[in-house]
Amino acid sequence: MRAQFVLSEIGVGLRRNLTMTFAVVVSVALSLALFGGALLMREQVSSMKTYWYDKVNVSIFLCNKNDAKDVPKCAKGAVTAEQKAEIKADLEKMDAVEKPVLFETVDEAYKHYQEQFGDSPMAGNITPDQMQESYRVKLKDPQKYKVVATAFAGRDGVQSVQDQRSILDNLFELMNGMNVAAIFLMGLMLVIALMLIVNTVRVSAFSRRRETGIMRLVGASGFYIQMPFIMEAAFAGLIGGVLACGLLLAARYFLIDGGLALQEKLNLIDFIGWDAVLTKLPLVLAIGLLMPAVAALFALRKYLKV
Amino acid sequence: MIRFDNVSKTYPRQSRPALRDVSLDIEKGEFVFLVGSSGSGKSTFMRLILREERASQGMVHVLGKDLARLSNWKVPQMRRQLGTVFQDFRLLPNKTVAQNVAFAQEVIGKPRGEIRKAVPQVLDLVGLGGKEDRMPGELSGGEQQRVAIARAFVNRPMLLIADEPTGNLDPQTSVGIMKLLDRINRTGTTVIMATHDQNIVDQMRKRVIELEQGRLVRDQARGVYGYQH
Repeated sequence: MRAQFVLSEIGVGLRRNLTMTFAVVVSVALSLALFGGALLMREQVSSMKTYWYDKVNVSIFLCNKNDAKDVPKCAKGAVTAEQKAEIKADLEKMDAVEKPVLFETVDEAYKHYQEQFGDSPMAGNITPDQMQESYRVKLKDPQKYKVVATAFAGRDGVQSVQDQRSILDNLFELMNGMNVAAIFLMGLMLVIALMLIVNTVRVSAFSRRRETGIMRLVGASGFYIQMPFIMEAAFAGLIGGVLACGLLLAARYFLIDGGLALQEKLNLIDFIGWDAVLTKLPLVLAIGLLMPAVAALFALRKYLKV
Repeated sequence: MIRFDNVSKTYPRQSRPALRDVSLDIEKGEFVFLVGSSGSGKSTFMRLILREERASQGMVHVLGKDLARLSNWKVPQMRRQLGTVFQDFRLLPNKTVAQNVAFAQEVIGKPRGEIRKAVPQVLDLVGLGGKEDRMPGELSGGEQQRVAIARAFVNRPMLLIADEPTGNLDPQTSVGIMKLLDRINRTGTTVIMATHDQNIVDQMRKRVIELEQGRLVRDQARGVYGYQH
């Protein structure tokens, strides 16, 4: 195989078909950027999950004086000291529960509330006696929430059992939904990219049928005849892959550091780092290189017979 | 060199066979004219030798190989022993004369040194010495056909297949081309030439094979074009 000969053929082929090459590059770049974005989003979700699941509690809210009037479960009045002690003892007996069991007093609850919502107009109307006492429990296995809920939900003095994880799960579901949408879009772009590649290769093979015809007759191997077309597609795909890498890096910068600067605004979230993005790039490049090559090979099987 | 044993070829979706029950032998070093009206099966005959088509029935042997048993990936190797020339030259218009000839060697991976030596040699042989850097468009029809012959012969094939090589040329130029093919034949290369040119066949007095509606109707050593064609 003479490299120089093949390279010059590739250059000629790509230039002859500039608009088509451009379309291939753009569609490959977009589909790969979406692919990389979906991967990164998944990583973000899972890193957030480990971070947050570690911090969230199952809260057992206890009845206060006000609840006695409007919450049926608390009809018997505010929680008594004995009930509290009993709940605490039962919690500490459960295997699924991590020790120690924390107790949040009304004052602490009020303080936390003011910290979180102090600026909002509603916060001014809240008084400490509207807050509830609660037990804050961490579970060894966050999936075991049901065990705690069934054990305590109906009990005297318990107003409600709340799994904070379910609040987070809504967020994660949203993010997963976005992920699915990205993958769906990627699939669509991928189909477009593949069809464009097949078409480009077909046009390229047609416009060079004189050359390939002669090559066949003088006994060039199928590999030698197909190589320029495959390299052409792979080269265009590689450019698309490089663009996709640029898009991913730019997106991370824009969303997290500069531009939207989510890192500053949402400092509670542990965002994925540059290394997470960088480790995805080789995969994106490899797919950008190989996928069009395979598509071209597939297209040629039909249009370049031996 | 070439042997057809009861070869028939029917193309898909066609009821009439293009070639019926043809049997013949062509020895190494022979010069053979293939004559017959359009649609008589000449092209099919040549396509079978090049293994662009496979026989529907019977056996085709080329260079001692049964083409029916030759696997696809071995076909290029087999074709390197064959040279092909067409009525319409089929040169690459954006390459010079020398590049056109070199192309046939480049695409089968011949080393550059060998190409640099072989191309001027074969161009001298076909009488185009000094025209290496001309473009095909600048040449006359006869000269273009000489380039095509040089390209077909540069890899020193055992067999040269020429499909009406003089079909687009005036009689005088045709004579020059025939002299060239004769010279190539004298180097030991077998030549099979399909033609409609009565004068040439009559003058050369070589073996003539005539096809009519796919059948072999005449196979004559030192023959003429025909009786009333």
